[in-house]
Amino acid sequence: MDVGTLFFWIIAVVVGLSAIMVVVTQNIVRAAVWLLFTLAGTSVLYFQLNADFVGATQLIVYVGGTLVLVVFGVMLTAQGPFVSLRTGPGEWAVATVAGLLFLGVLMASTTGIKSSGKVIDAPSVQELGEGFLGLIEATKPGQLTGYPEGTPAPDRSRVAYLLPFEIVSVHLLVVLIGAAYLARAKRRSGGHA
Amino acid sequence: MSDPLTPYLWLGALLFTCGVVCMATKRNAIGVLMGVELVLNGANVNFVACAHYNPTFALEGQVFALFTIVLAAAEAAIALAIVLNFYNNHNTVDVDAAEELRG
Repeated sequence: MDVGTLFFWIIAVVVGLSAIMVVVTQNIVRAAVWLLFTLAGTSVLYFQLNADFVGATQLIVYVGGTLVLVVFGVMLTAQGPFVSLRTGPGEWAVATVAGLLFLGVLMASTTGIKSSGKVIDAPSVQELGEGFLGLIEATKPGQLTGYPEGTPAPDRSRVAYLLPFEIVSVHLLVVLIGAAYLARAKRRSGGHA
Repeated sequence: MSDPLTPYLWLGALLFTCGVVCMATKRNAIGVLMGVELVLNGANVNFVACAHYNPTFALEGQVFALFTIVLAAAEAAIALAIVLNFYNNHNTVDVDAAEELRG
């Protein structure tokens, strides 16, 4: 077992255990902290997979942005110190059995998936940016995978992602306006403050 | 388990399952939101791992992972706004109390 594999397993155990703790813990603030470990560990995995930009984005957007948002949500909706929303034991039993079954199905179905065996350099940030800006030359030529042995795999056409990029941008703008509208300060009836 | 891709897919499956169970069991609406984040992270692990181990889609995996991260952030913002609004109206974040949202 080489160092990379050992490193992966250490990170994977950390990520998996903290993901399980997010589910198990009853305290919502502790769940947020466990979620922090899960997200940070996932970003370390991205760095290990040579996806530097995705890992950095994960750290900035998820750990730095979304999690702070979640923690603020927890604080703004904090109820009395002794009010806790507990899940009943029957619900736990059903959820555990269903979850284990689901995990078994997923693991059984993903076990047979083969990687192509060759690993090339990950796309640089420049290539990612060019793909987002609509330069189809940024995507590498290649052949489609998943065809049975013997049949010639067709070449894939090169594509770029300018339109999805624009859609996501407009989506973010809409979400910004919508969130500000939904979460605006409530006017109590009677007082026009 | 000789294939190097398999452990990553297993980790993605574990994250996905944890997220689904989290969504199903948490009674706090923000806990449900955390479950959604876990599910999206499991999908992202699969995207990035497949991008690394399948050179044909080296760019696509990362591009889709970035889209997922951005959409997850947007979804968290809008869901928290809804939760805050619900809390303002009902003084609780228990999803079982949201009876009029049944439609």
